[in-house]
Amino acid sequence: MNHWIILPILLPAIVAPLLALAVRHDIVLARVFSVGTTTLLLMLGLYHLNIAGDGVTRTYALGGWPAPFGIVLVVDRLASLMLVLTAALGLCVQLYAINGWDKRGQHFHPLFQFQLMGINGAFLTGDLFNLFVFFEVLLIASYGLMVHGGGPDRIRAGLTYVTINLLGSTIFLLALGLIYSVTGTLNMADFATKVPDVASTDRAMLSAGGILLLIVFSLKAALFPLQFWLPGTYSQAPPPVAALFAIMTKVGAYAIIRVFSLAFGESAGPFAWLATPWLMSSAAITLAVGMTGVLAARSLSQQASFALLGSVGLLFIAIAAFTPQSISAALYYLIHSTIGIAALFLIIDLIIARRVGVGDTLTVSRRFSNQGLIASLFFIVAVAVAGIPPLSGFIGKLLILDSLRSIYGGYWLWGLILGTSLMAVIGFAASGSQVFWKSLSDVEPLRPIRKLPLVLPVVAIGIMIASLVLLTALAGPVNSYLDSTVEQIFNPQLYIDAVLLPATENMQ
Amino acid sequence: MEYLVASSVGLMTAAGVYLLLRGRTFTVVLGLTLLTYAINLFLVSTGRLATNQADILSETQSDYTDPLPQALVLTSIVISFAMTAIFLAMALRGFFESGDDEVNASDTEDVIARKRK
Repeated sequence: MNHWIILPILLPAIVAPLLALAVRHDIVLARVFSVGTTTLLLMLGLYHLNIAGDGVTRTYALGGWPAPFGIVLVVDRLASLMLVLTAALGLCVQLYAINGWDKRGQHFHPLFQFQLMGINGAFLTGDLFNLFVFFEVLLIASYGLMVHGGGPDRIRAGLTYVTINLLGSTIFLLALGLIYSVTGTLNMADFATKVPDVASTDRAMLSAGGILLLIVFSLKAALFPLQFWLPGTYSQAPPPVAALFAIMTKVGAYAIIRVFSLAFGESAGPFAWLATPWLMSSAAITLAVGMTGVLAARSLSQQASFALLGSVGLLFIAIAAFTPQSISAALYYLIHSTIGIAALFLIIDLIIARRVGVGDTLTVSRRFSNQGLIASLFFIVAVAVAGIPPLSGFIGKLLILDSLRSIYGGYWLWGLILGTSLMAVIGFAASGSQVFWKSLSDVEPLRPIRKLPLVLPVVAIGIMIASLVLLTALAGPVNSYLDSTVEQIFNPQLYIDAVLLPATENMQ
Repeated sequence: MEYLVASSVGLMTAAGVYLLLRGRTFTVVLGLTLLTYAINLFLVSTGRLATNQADILSETQSDYTDPLPQALVLTSIVISFAMTAIFLAMALRGFFESGDDEVNASDTEDVIARKRK
């Protein structure tokens, strides 16, 4: 058994309490430990990405209990890819946050590590109930991060966020109960083998369970009609936290790809493609709602939140098509949009700190310090997020458009995607010219109250922009890796065998 | 027995949803608590209802109650307790910071207006 598999969960789980108990009074030490841990997580992720490259699905039975009786962790190409993305995003956000955001409230670093632990666990686990537990871990940490720094508006937005997620957890448990009562298992692989043989009298119950799971995951991913919580929450959260939350909607996307390709895919008999009819329409509406919001937004952080919503919609259009080509395109766009939107939130925070008195509202104001540099960063990232050449957003969108060619009604979707892209371009152009171009140059420029750090934040954002450029330049190799990832996803038997065969070997 | 369990799950869910849709945080907390009670009861029943049975399988025993849902319920009770505590703490802080316990997020216009002040 390869014990490295559990480390992405174990490492933050050990460091976070240490940070909270031992070094809570020493912010420098906490920063060192926290950044060090996230760097280690990134290296661990790269290690898993490297060994998963051979196409073998590796499992880790917790406590040595064989599946389906114990809980298993599973690493394949998709899971290791998500581990790397999480750690890389976490590291950039952390580099940014240590310019002062981590001092504006208590326990930023422990919460951050618990958050990473929950996200990593959700990507690794091969058990549905364990997935629920890791969802709770990442949520409970996110509640703390969401209200970091305080303030009445933020607390109130946080309350909405907590309420909607507690309701989601309740529905999750309901779905798990239905699934367990029909199949008698919660192990994903074991569940997948039992789905096709469910007695016809129990089919309605299992379908209800499956659809409830879809509702829960769509709630995390903020798909229409469950998207209402997202813009308010993300625009009120501290911008670095909102940047980290860019990966949270992708946890929902990952869970849908994982569970629905395994258990409700082609081999599921009467349950084949249970989710597809629901997903496509709600994804299309989410995209339209998100990009309309980009046009209508009154502040930059609101605009970024709606851009995130739009990117979720586009991502799910590709996922809902559920062909190998479209899932590969979806994964490419997932990497791009996570980094792009997160960078956008960080740049907005730079702007908020400097536009004293107006913050990020879209009004004409006086010039502010470092305006040229921030304007160019905003320009690059907005180009990437809106999906126009030459950056990776364009390639991702192109791949998705290409994969929709063979889908029924694909050309309607083309129209929608291209139309909403235009809306995003106009929205970002309008907000950029409001904030940067039209600034009143004949009056005294705004001076920040205290000296603001610039080097580390720009380095963090620079790394993100550089990775977007790399993602564009290396689109070929990345795509061939994603194609082999998709091969694994579309061959669920590999996953099932990897999880269940060791147990039968032990019994013999 | 089945009728009793099913109707109490249904009643608690209905009451929970009703309270959840109220506009003040205190009733929302009560609603969420009722909902989790309903779900816990439902989870116990997913292992089939059996009375006076051991929760282990042995050679001399033909009938048993499924122990797994009991373990699941235990986990879910712990988690929902922690979540309720967090929610209450945040609701209290929200009450002290903004002076009322309404759930609705402020309109963006309000937020912008407040920032301008």
